[in-house]
Amino acid sequence: MVFTKNASEALNLAANTLGAALKPGDEVVISVMEHHSNIVPWQLVCQRTGATLRWFDITDEGRLDLEAAERDHLINERTKIVSLTSVSNVLGTHNPVTDIARQAHAVGARMVVDASQSVPHRITDVSTLGADMVCFTGHKMCGPTGIGVLWGRHDLLETLPPFLGGGEMIEIVEMAASTFAPPPYRFEAGTPPIAQAAGLGAAVDYLNGIGMDAISAHEQYLTAHALDKLTSIEGLRVLGPTEAVDRGSAISFNLADVHPHDVMQVLDSRGVAIRGGHHCARPLHRRLGVQSSTRASSYLYTTTSEIDALADALVFTRNYFAPKFNQG
Amino acid sequence: MNIDELYQTIILDHYREKHHAGLRDPYDVQVHHVNPSCGDELTLRVDLDGSAIRDVSYEGVGCSISQASTSVMTDLVIGQGVEHAMGLYDDFLEMMQSKGEIAPDEDRFEDAIAFAGVSKFPARVKCALLSWSALRDAVGQASDKES
Repeated sequence: MVFTKNASEALNLAANTLGAALKPGDEVVISVMEHHSNIVPWQLVCQRTGATLRWFDITDEGRLDLEAAERDHLINERTKIVSLTSVSNVLGTHNPVTDIARQAHAVGARMVVDASQSVPHRITDVSTLGADMVCFTGHKMCGPTGIGVLWGRHDLLETLPPFLGGGEMIEIVEMAASTFAPPPYRFEAGTPPIAQAAGLGAAVDYLNGIGMDAISAHEQYLTAHALDKLTSIEGLRVLGPTEAVDRGSAISFNLADVHPHDVMQVLDSRGVAIRGGHHCARPLHRRLGVQSSTRASSYLYTTTSEIDALADALVFTRNYFAPKFNQG
Repeated sequence: MNIDELYQTIILDHYREKHHAGLRDPYDVQVHHVNPSCGDELTLRVDLDGSAIRDVSYEGVGCSISQASTSVMTDLVIGQGVEHAMGLYDDFLEMMQSKGEIAPDEDRFEDAIAFAGVSKFPARVKCALLSWSALRDAVGQASDKES
């Protein structure tokens, strides 16, 4: 386990170390539903090395289009790295990363998983996940900001070059060249985020004390309730799966004729905190044909009465902007 | 904070029925402005007739505040002199940055007085300013072309 400052840095570490050996003709595969932090580092490394960036499309329901990927031979003998999110931060979709890791390994590629949206919400077992690297962040799991984690297979990390240089990551430094410490220290240049690591440890103990199983079960119940409530609002479109099957608790939606920032403002005035915007996933929003969206996220502390308050406030918001819904 | 202060009837009316919307020919300059933090986008065209603004046409995506502000702005500047329009820009900017302290002159600002309430919501000020910034950019470029 390597401590980083957030999941973005962990993914940049993955891209820069795994990507160091890329060359023209090689391919890196991501998906259109990725967070910008799992797109831009791969764009940068592909631009630098001449490798080609390819991506999974999604179905209209908001799941990875596995049939199209197979038809287009998306993962093939040129593929060197596959990097996918385990759960979409917009659609909530659970991706079959273990199956895709198997396909990646069959062609000799490495599998990176952005698990920022799954580690906080359910049991994560890196020994059965199939990934070579897994990244997540502290602030999405009741921990502090300023800390993220990259887990990597030790035998793989041992073969990779350093990412950032500096103190702590070295073995012997000469003026002309240096040798480097073994993993994880090789990837932890400079003074580490000590206070943040202790804070993340406390958050992990807290979540384990409640039980990740109990947290997943609670979220599953809430997600089904929320989808039920939201899909019954006329004029509301849910982006992503509308049934609580293989999906997480983040639900994005749009109200007809009301811009997400206006939805956010009116909900805020009624005590409901949600997020409006493209949620660091602009390509996904373009793929869905919308400029931005509104997202409600539930976690272990969310209650069904809060979901009900959200649904009531959404009806109020819709009627506030679109008088046609007020005419009886 | 009371949202009716933000969403005044004037703003909602302009949002529902935008004035001078759509891109028209002829035009001297077309600009494309975005608010990267929220993704609002605006394409705006200006057609000058000497030192007067003959037409302003536009197409954009955005929230009610940015859309209504664009509509109100076109009402205020089409048919006016460039100098008058740029004076309005300066005064509108000052009002939007005043956190509700500056009470606008209704004779001069007409429907734009409704945005005085928006200036109390710091996160939404940039929404109201998008079209005015685009206008200033386009008029500046068009004036350079004419001279």
